[in-house]
Amino acid sequence: MTEKTFIAGFGGQGVISLGQLWVYSAMKEGLKVTFFPFYGAEKRGGIARASVIVSNDEITSPLVTSADSVVVMNQDSVEIGEKVCKEGGTIFVNSSLVKKDPARPDANIVHVPCNDIALKLGDVRIANMVMMGALSKVTGAVKLDNLETVLKSFFPASKHSLIALNIAAVEEGKKAV
Amino acid sequence: MAEEIRLMKGNEAIGEAAVRAGCRAYFGYPITPQNELTAYMAKHMLAKGRTFIQAESEVAAINMVYGAASTGARAMTSSSSPGVSLKQEGISYLCGADLPAVIVNVARSGPGLGGISPSQGDYFQATRGGGHGDYYTIVLAPKGVQDAADLTYEAFSISEKWRVPVLILADGLIGQMMEGVVLPEPIDPATLPRKPWAVGHAVEMGRPYNHVTSMNLVPDELEAANHARYARYERIKKDINRYEEIDVEDADVVFVAYGTSARVSHGALQMARAKGMKVGLFRPISLWPFPYARLHELAEKGKRFLCVEMSMGQMIEDVRLAVNGKAPVYFYGRCGGNIPSQEEVFAEVARLMGK
Repeated sequence: MTEKTFIAGFGGQGVISLGQLWVYSAMKEGLKVTFFPFYGAEKRGGIARASVIVSNDEITSPLVTSADSVVVMNQDSVEIGEKVCKEGGTIFVNSSLVKKDPARPDANIVHVPCNDIALKLGDVRIANMVMMGALSKVTGAVKLDNLETVLKSFFPASKHSLIALNIAAVEEGKKAV
Repeated sequence: MAEEIRLMKGNEAIGEAAVRAGCRAYFGYPITPQNELTAYMAKHMLAKGRTFIQAESEVAAINMVYGAASTGARAMTSSSSPGVSLKQEGISYLCGADLPAVIVNVARSGPGLGGISPSQGDYFQATRGGGHGDYYTIVLAPKGVQDAADLTYEAFSISEKWRVPVLILADGLIGQMMEGVVLPEPIDPATLPRKPWAVGHAVEMGRPYNHVTSMNLVPDELEAANHARYARYERIKKDINRYEEIDVEDADVVFVAYGTSARVSHGALQMARAKGMKVGLFRPISLWPFPYARLHELAEKGKRFLCVEMSMGQMIEDVRLAVNGKAPVYFYGRCGGNIPSQEEVFAEVARLMGK
């Protein structure tokens, strides 16, 4: 199993955290992982991108140029996302913000209203965790079934109060697809 | 007991490996894309009561390395391409004074100020001395985070063994990406043996005072010192000759690529093999000394070579020297901070093989 995922969104939407947590969880599940972030010189804003690969085998090129799955967190990222998706791949769309689907009739488009779900849970900043739940459920590449332990080692102790909310977001994301 | 796997950025893994190798003093000056390395050293060297100095410039940092190294301490600096250019004078002095040191270049695109994206355009500078005078540094090129940690850790002892600086030539991708890494055993710098050639501790060690310098105004003496150093280089060439091979034996075309390009070429190799094309990969790990002999052997077996680099073509000159006209050598490169995709490298090898 090798799952190559390309994630894109507006700076501040948690694209980098999503990618990091995805590979961190995968590593804890015994997989080989690579995470490569890509962002401009902007201090904030702009499009943040991440190439993430999880695999049972040694990972060759760390760049995701033909993605099995693509995550698009905002409308501006659709154009990049639809280009990098492989033939017949899956594109996860944050349907709260993306109103025009990627122009890829061959791809499996999965709509996840991440911001709406996150707002219902009480914090829009966990929209990325909602998306991670959806990504896990549909691809099956990373199970995220031991999330509490993983989050405890990922977050510093000062952030541990937010773990329950993050887990809830992931669970809601899984349920949404 | 096997240590846990940690998820780390390449820059941080290099820093932690250096700390564990017993690096006693680090001197740096910020530059993207290696800033996490300097930041990591600031935090962890100071926490361990070792020396960390953010110097006023790259030139200052490399000269601080000279000072620390001449006392026999394990010393290190890191930077990225334009900053490493600034350090060349100091590296030449280190080599002239036969001082060990570890220098990390997390390379970015050039020439000039260039860009902040990954590049392999510093190969010539790294493998041909880079500064003035007759000298080489040992150059090791990691292909990922684990490798970057392992090679950095080892670089300190290699450098001390030969009294030659070791340059770790990485790039912005290796510095910025995160992968799982198992870190090597920590060494306490206090347990490392004192160097008989270092300054200081003369009375304690019961030996005459040492004078560490690269200067010698007597031509015959300087010539003799250079000859002695080159005799040492010949021994290094026999001792260090590192490479990795994948599917080379039955290959018609062999990619030659190091670092990030080797990872991308490995991906292209898998695409080619899936289509039944006999493609292999030769990855030099030591760029100086370059593994000429093995490549020559492969050329004599009738292989063709496709060099893949993130440059306009630099390592290809070593490949041509190794092959010495015995086999065709082709080139595919991207530069300016672009990283080739495995799809475009595959397309190039397919074109070469007429597929």
